[in-house]
Amino acid sequence: MRTLFDKLWEAHVVRAESPETPAVLYVDLHLVHEVTSPQAFDALRARGLRVRRPDRTLATMDHSTPTSGGFADAQALAQVRTLETNCAAHDVPLLDMASDRRGIVHVVAPELGRTRPGMTIVCGDSHTSTHGAFGALAFGIGTSEVAHVLATQCLLQRRPKTMRVRIDGRLGWGVTAKDLVLALIARMGVAGATGHVIEYAGEAVRALTMEERMTVCNMSIEAGARAGMVAPDGTTETYLAERGVRGDWSEWRTDEGATFDREVSIDASAVEPMITRGTTPATGAPVAASAGRAVQVVFIGSCTNGRLSDLREAARVMRGRRVADGVRVLVVPGSQTVKRQAEAEGLDRVFVEAGASWREPGCSMCIAMNGDRLSPGETSVSTSNRNFEGRQGPGGRTLLASPLVAAAAAVTGRVTDPRDLL
Amino acid sequence: MKICAKCVVVRRHDVDTDQIIPARFLKGTTRAGLGPHAFNDWAERPVGGGVLVAGRNFGCGSSREHAVWALVDAGFRAVVAPSFADIFAANAVKNGLVPVACDMAFEAGDDVTIDVAAGTVESGGRRATFPLDPFARYCLVNGVDELGFLQEQSDMIRRYECRR
Repeated sequence: MRTLFDKLWEAHVVRAESPETPAVLYVDLHLVHEVTSPQAFDALRARGLRVRRPDRTLATMDHSTPTSGGFADAQALAQVRTLETNCAAHDVPLLDMASDRRGIVHVVAPELGRTRPGMTIVCGDSHTSTHGAFGALAFGIGTSEVAHVLATQCLLQRRPKTMRVRIDGRLGWGVTAKDLVLALIARMGVAGATGHVIEYAGEAVRALTMEERMTVCNMSIEAGARAGMVAPDGTTETYLAERGVRGDWSEWRTDEGATFDREVSIDASAVEPMITRGTTPATGAPVAASAGRAVQVVFIGSCTNGRLSDLREAARVMRGRRVADGVRVLVVPGSQTVKRQAEAEGLDRVFVEAGASWREPGCSMCIAMNGDRLSPGETSVSTSNRNFEGRQGPGGRTLLASPLVAAAAAVTGRVTDPRDLL
Repeated sequence: MKICAKCVVVRRHDVDTDQIIPARFLKGTTRAGLGPHAFNDWAERPVGGGVLVAGRNFGCGSSREHAVWALVDAGFRAVVAPSFADIFAANAVKNGLVPVACDMAFEAGDDVTIDVAAGTVESGGRRATFPLDPFARYCLVNGVDELGFLQEQSDMIRRYECRR
C-alpha cells in the first residue's frame, strides 16, 4: 500500500538515499525563467558543461517583463537578454517576448500540455507546487539546484514526509478555491506543513476544476509544504485531452489503506469568502471581519489566479459596473493564451469599460519587479499569493483574496462580500 | 569547521525571504553585491555580525537563493533559529551558510561558537546541540561541491534514462 507521493518518488529515484547521502532524484520537466537562472548557467559555463536534456527544459520570461510599454529599467532588460543568450547557447526552448504562448511559467506549462500526471517537475520558483494539481511531484528549488538540474537532470533530495489534507463537503455559492486554500493555510499556519508533501483529497477536491486545483496546489508553499498534489481523475484527463495529451494515468493514486505521516481534514461547506488581515498568508479570515476597509489598488492576476476562469469570475462582478473613484485596477492575464481567450470572450471589454487597466501577461504586481507596484501607504486587494511586508512595493499593504473578492473591492473601493454583488 | 563570531538578533518569527532581499534587487545576473541590500527596507538593518539569530520558520516564502547570497555577502556565516523553511535551509548549505536549528536564547553582541563537525553551539558558558543532515555536514565541513557529486553519478543517470 503506497501513497501517490510514494509512487512518484520511487519511480524517479536514480540512486537510493542512505544515512550518508540523499537520494538522486530524476527530473522529468525543468521550467526556467529569467530571475533565478543566470547564475546557474554561469555555473555550467565555469565548468564547461552543457544542458543535459534541453528537451526536458522549457524557459519563459515573466517576473521582470513589462505589462504595458517598455521595460522599466535597463537591468530588467539585460536579465531577459541574458536568458535569451543562455537558451540559444544551450538549445533550450524559450517562450520569448515575441511568442504568442509566453506567460507566467506556472500558467504556460499546464496550458501547453507539458505538465502531466506522474512527472517530477522543478523550477527556481517556490510556486512550482502549482503543477501538483495534475498528480505530479512539483517543487521549487534554489539557483544552485537549477544548475544541478541543467547539468545532470537530477537533484539530491531527502525523502520528505507525507500529509493528507482531506476536504469534505462542497464549497458554498460565491466561495472559491482561493477562499478554500486561504482558510486551510489559516488553519495550518505558515509552517504547518514544513518538510511535508501534501496530497489534497476528498469530495470537495474531486469537485474542483483543474484551474481551481492549481490555485490550491499553488499556495501549498504558503503553509510551508514542499509540494501539494491531487491524484489525476476524469477532470485531469479531460483537461489534457483538450490540449491533445492522452494517456493512462490510473496508477497515479494513493492505494486504499496507505498511510500518511499526518492527516488533516477540513469541511469545505464551512468556508466563507476570505481575505488576509496581516503580513503572512496565514492571516486569512472571513471577509465580514474586514468589511468596509478602504482599498486604493486592486490586482487581478498571478500564477495563483491569472487563468481564464479567474478572469471570468472577476468579470462576473465587474460587468456593467464602474471601478470606484480613487481605485486603480490592474487585470493581468497569466499568459498570452489566457489573454487571447479572454479577449475572444469579450472579458477585456468588461474590464476596460469598468475603468480597469487590461495588461500584457506576467507576474506583475504579485512580485512588483517590473514597475507595477504599490506606492507607500496604499492598500491593495490582490489575487496573488503573498502579503509579506513590502511585497508589492515598499510601504504598501496587501490583502490576499479571490478574484470575486478583488472585483468586489474594485467596484466599491472597500473590502466587500462579493455575494452581495452576484 | 568552527565559526566564532558576534551575533545579531532579530526578534521575529517567519522572517520571509522578501524581507531578507526585496524582489527589486533580484534583477542582476550575478551572485555578487547583494550584501548592502540585505534587509534593505527595515528601519534598523540587522547586520554587522557573523551569526544571525532569529525566530522560528526563518527564510519562508520565495525560493530566491539571493537571500542566502545577500546574508553571506553581508558577512554572516551561520543563522541560528528554532526552525527553517525547507528551501532556505537547502540553499544555505550550498553556499556555506550554516543553518543552526536551535532555540537557545542570545543577546545582540554575544560571542557565539559553532562547531559544525560536532553539531554544537556555545555562548557564555552555555552549550546546545543542533541537528544537521549528515550529507549537509559533510559538504559544509569538507567544502564538497554538490554539482561535482551529481556529475559522478552520470553512469547511473544514463542507466536510469535507458530503462524508462
